Amino acid sequence: MVSSVVQALPVGILPEPLLRAESTGGKFLLMAFAVLLFAAIFGLVLFLASLFKGREGEKVQGFLFALPAIFLLAVGLLYPAILTIIQSLRGRSGEAGFSLDNYVQMFTQPELLTVLRNTALWVVLVPFLATAIGLLYAILIDRARGEAFAKALIFLPMAISMVGAGIIWKFVYQYKQTERPQIGLLNGVLKALGFETQQFLLDAPLNTLMLIVVMVWIQAGFAMTVLSAAIKAIPDDIIEAARLDGVSGFRMFRFITLPSIRSALVVVLTTIGIGTLKVFDIVRTMTAGQFDTSVVANEFYNQSFRYNAPGLGAALAVLLFILVVPIVTYNIVQMRKEA
Amino acid sequence: MSTLQPAATPESVTTESGVTVTGKRRKKSAAGNAAKAISSPWASLVAVVIAVLWTLPTIGLLVTSFRRQIDIQRTGWWTAFSNPGDFTLENYRQALAPSSTSSFSQYFINTIVITVPAVLLPIFLASLAAYAFAWMPFPGRDWLFVAVFALQIVPLQVALIPLLDIYVNKLGFGASYWSVWLSHTIFALPLATFLIHNFMKELPGELMEAARVDGAGHVTIFFKILLPLLTPALAAFGIFQFLWVWNDLLVSLVFLGGTPDVAPVTVRVAELSGSRGSAWYILSAGAFISMVVPVAVFLALQRFFVRGLLAGGLKG
Repeated sequence: MVSSVVQALPVGILPEPLLRAESTGGKFLLMAFAVLLFAAIFGLVLFLASLFKGREGEKVQGFLFALPAIFLLAVGLLYPAILTIIQSLRGRSGEAGFSLDNYVQMFTQPELLTVLRNTALWVVLVPFLATAIGLLYAILIDRARGEAFAKALIFLPMAISMVGAGIIWKFVYQYKQTERPQIGLLNGVLKALGFETQQFLLDAPLNTLMLIVVMVWIQAGFAMTVLSAAIKAIPDDIIEAARLDGVSGFRMFRFITLPSIRSALVVVLTTIGIGTLKVFDIVRTMTAGQFDTSVVANEFYNQSFRYNAPGLGAALAVLLFILVVPIVTYNIVQMRKEA
Repeated sequence: MSTLQPAATPESVTTESGVTVTGKRRKKSAAGNAAKAISSPWASLVAVVIAVLWTLPTIGLLVTSFRRQIDIQRTGWWTAFSNPGDFTLENYRQALAPSSTSSFSQYFINTIVITVPAVLLPIFLASLAAYAFAWMPFPGRDWLFVAVFALQIVPLQVALIPLLDIYVNKLGFGASYWSVWLSHTIFALPLATFLIHNFMKELPGELMEAARVDGAGHVTIFFKILLPLLTPALAAFGIFQFLWVWNDLLVSLVFLGGTPDVAPVTVRVAELSGSRGSAWYILSAGAFISMVVPVAVFLALQRFFVRGLLAGGLKG
């Protein structure tokens, strides 16, 4: 059904002047036009809906309200997803006969196995490191002076783009030969301590770990914020009762804090895990997936748009989808439990 | 089902700010106790070390963006403070000058032009749909809502190639803003509809009933009663979507390519990083130009941002 809708879409729906603009003013005019057009569609739906009255009319109204969103999702997400799944089963080009070739290749070709190994490394390390650091920091600064400021410092990397984060860290890792003056912070430290400087982004498997550090740097703030809120939500009387029983220090953390924030911990771990599975920007910006650093989302891009293998790219996208499903399901179940 | 929504977190967020206000009256907490166990000076030291590690990389690039091209290549940024007179705005001047080849100004404008409709459109559409799902009975409503909810798990990668094909070969958009406006809207709709629906569902039904009795139609109710009440939820989602679109690389890269006509700053910076990886004078300035707006938004609207972030972790 959806495919016939797509077939019926008009070819070249907009005239050229409404498609592109060269000058700055033209661009902003185009933007204003788009917002007005969208607002007009919004108004039209409301107007059409208001034409239907009475009990039967109300059902039509409801459907009309939901229609634009449902239409866009069906044509722009569901239908393409189905096409991608089909494409992944039709060879490297995505146009040959049906086969499992792409999936077989994914699990046999050495370069792609490296991609899978890297992805596994990311998904194991990033959530646990980011959560551990976030939790430690949340505990250390809990009710300390300047807590809000201390939090903002760790949280700020969340607000910047992963491209920006990639640039920031690429500069930290910058390599110069040992005897020359260093401009990268990390190699500067190594040299000051008397070690040889390292090509952090070139030498596998060290380079993958160096990229993982960037993602941990970004995600720790998220973990810290959620866990800090969870810690503050622990009822005082539980803590009082435990203290009266002589519980304190590390035992308090182990037997009171940790169990109380368990579901928040799971939500944080799974949420970061999902984000990590889809990581693309960091790898793309820092190494473009060269030197054995590629991950599934990056390899999807390379295969689809650079190596002219859309079928294999589609298979990688489907793999991403399959990997995400169990984590999302678990995440949602835990979120429901939490409240 | 109601827990994925923004209303589930505000208490914790307000406690957070509440605590900083009443910081004098320091209550003992489980965490405070644990921290004490590691003994106070050590705890402070570890916290300071983490805070320094988390800020130093950014400071490094920020300092670099104010240094002369020749100095950047010759000495580490940490040595720059011995000669404060050498700091310069030249990198930013080059990065912003409209005529220079390494200018980011066109890309910066593209980012703005991409972001505004890509934030407004999903808010329009999702609030309409959410209202229908929450308060207007119609046939097939429940399973349609479940379907929209379930679409949250589809990674956008799965849709990119066929969507590109539809834009280029059917709609004739090519590399135009329309492709990214629509794509960002589509990818945002499941989460937006879901969040706003949950928020609407929390509002008392009597409110709607009373309005109906007074003869108000759904359109009136939507604008006069719901929209004002919805502002916090729309703001939370709006800020989240704003940062998502502003910082996006993949969607723009796929649908727009790298031309100054349409490509946003992120695409340009990523491209420069690949082709002129050692041109730090322009890379550092460009990176900070792209960061300044989201960081300002974050600092100004932190509360909404945290709330939207907690609720929106699944997106993409």
